[in-house]
Amino acid sequence: MWKRDEAVRPPSGRETTTPMPATPAVPSTPSGSIPPVARVTERDIVNIGKSVVIKGELNGSEDLTIEGHVEGKIELRENILTIGPNGKIKAQVFAKAVIVLGEVIGNVSATEKVDIRDNGSVEGDIVSPRVAIAEGAMFRGSVDMQRAVKPAQPKPVLPGESKVEAKSPVAAVSPASAGSPVQGPRV
Amino acid sequence: MKRAVPGDGGTRPRSDIFSFLGSRRAHEDEASLASAATSDEPVLPTKALHKFLSSLGSRPAPVLLDLGPVVGSNLTFFGEQLGCKVFIEDLFRDVDHHLQHGRLDALSSFFSTRFPQADGSVDGILCWDLFDYLEPGAAQTLARQLMRLLSVEGVLLAFFSTVASQDARYTKFIIADEMNLRQRPYSAGRAKQHVLLNRDIIKLFGALRVSESFLLKTNIREILFRKPTYLGEKS
Repeated sequence: MWKRDEAVRPPSGRETTTPMPATPAVPSTPSGSIPPVARVTERDIVNIGKSVVIKGELNGSEDLTIEGHVEGKIELRENILTIGPNGKIKAQVFAKAVIVLGEVIGNVSATEKVDIRDNGSVEGDIVSPRVAIAEGAMFRGSVDMQRAVKPAQPKPVLPGESKVEAKSPVAAVSPASAGSPVQGPRV
Repeated sequence: MKRAVPGDGGTRPRSDIFSFLGSRRAHEDEASLASAATSDEPVLPTKALHKFLSSLGSRPAPVLLDLGPVVGSNLTFFGEQLGCKVFIEDLFRDVDHHLQHGRLDALSSFFSTRFPQADGSVDGILCWDLFDYLEPGAAQTLARQLMRLLSVEGVLLAFFSTVASQDARYTKFIIADEMNLRQRPYSAGRAKQHVLLNRDIIKLFGALRVSESFLLKTNIREILFRKPTYLGEKS
């Protein structure tokens, strides 16, 4: 009976009850070098501390966390901007994704997502395909969710059809169909 | 000897029962967490929301005006269904503010300058049950403003209670799906509830046409108003 239990254990010998670490564990490599994923995470996040006040234009190509005050304009077109709980922004914001835990006054534009977390506050207009607003968040303004053009679903190739026809994405996102409303479920 | 575990198609060995229970419990925990937030919220059926969405579905980029408190999931719902622009104008908060300061009589003049949007710039308006909590003067001013904002063939959805509720708080409406709403308490203080008669409601929105009207078992009358074309031709 007990021998059977032993057999159930995973081959690595790791206890199943061991709690998962809060941060992703970095597996040790024989050479001791940091794997590429961890390196990217460590390299690409920059913080602006609580006591920092910036007035003007802020551009960058790294993920940024702001805990201080920024007035003016923030542009991180390819990166994630996080407004920390202490962050106060009075600016126009352009980023790939914006996470708000602090206070933002100004218009926010994101190509992927705007996420206003609990106790976060935004006063301004949001333009983003996806917007998430938590229950305790404050928002005043408008939300413009442009319809994302979904990539064409690959059709099953019928015996009479060629593969080229089935894969062509051009027809699926033609100008006529790109702006047309998605037909939701109708009763 | 391997014994089959029920519900596993008879293929799972009994020795694997711990991992089976573990994964199932984890799944159940997730499900219970998700449902905990919603289990105590009453679910109300809605018939007019679907009609409201259908009316806006044919427009390429509709503009909505939501007079209720901001609800993230509602925004997501409208974004997915309509790909629209939504103005959030929480009038419940405004009513609460006036109520706290004992200035409910000033609501009417407040509403007359409340909306910066241009005439005919909004395709859909969600009033929820706001009109139940407004004095006649304020209700008339607000209705006039909303009729001004609505575009030709634009739609306005409003709920009217047929019985006065004893609840001292507002409830905000969370869209569960096209046919169901959930009610969640909202912290804003509530003004006195008025039960409007059908003819008063129609008179209130005199310039609009009643497109759909549903009297539900939940004592809520859902009315979908539409701005007729001839009003657009006049202007």
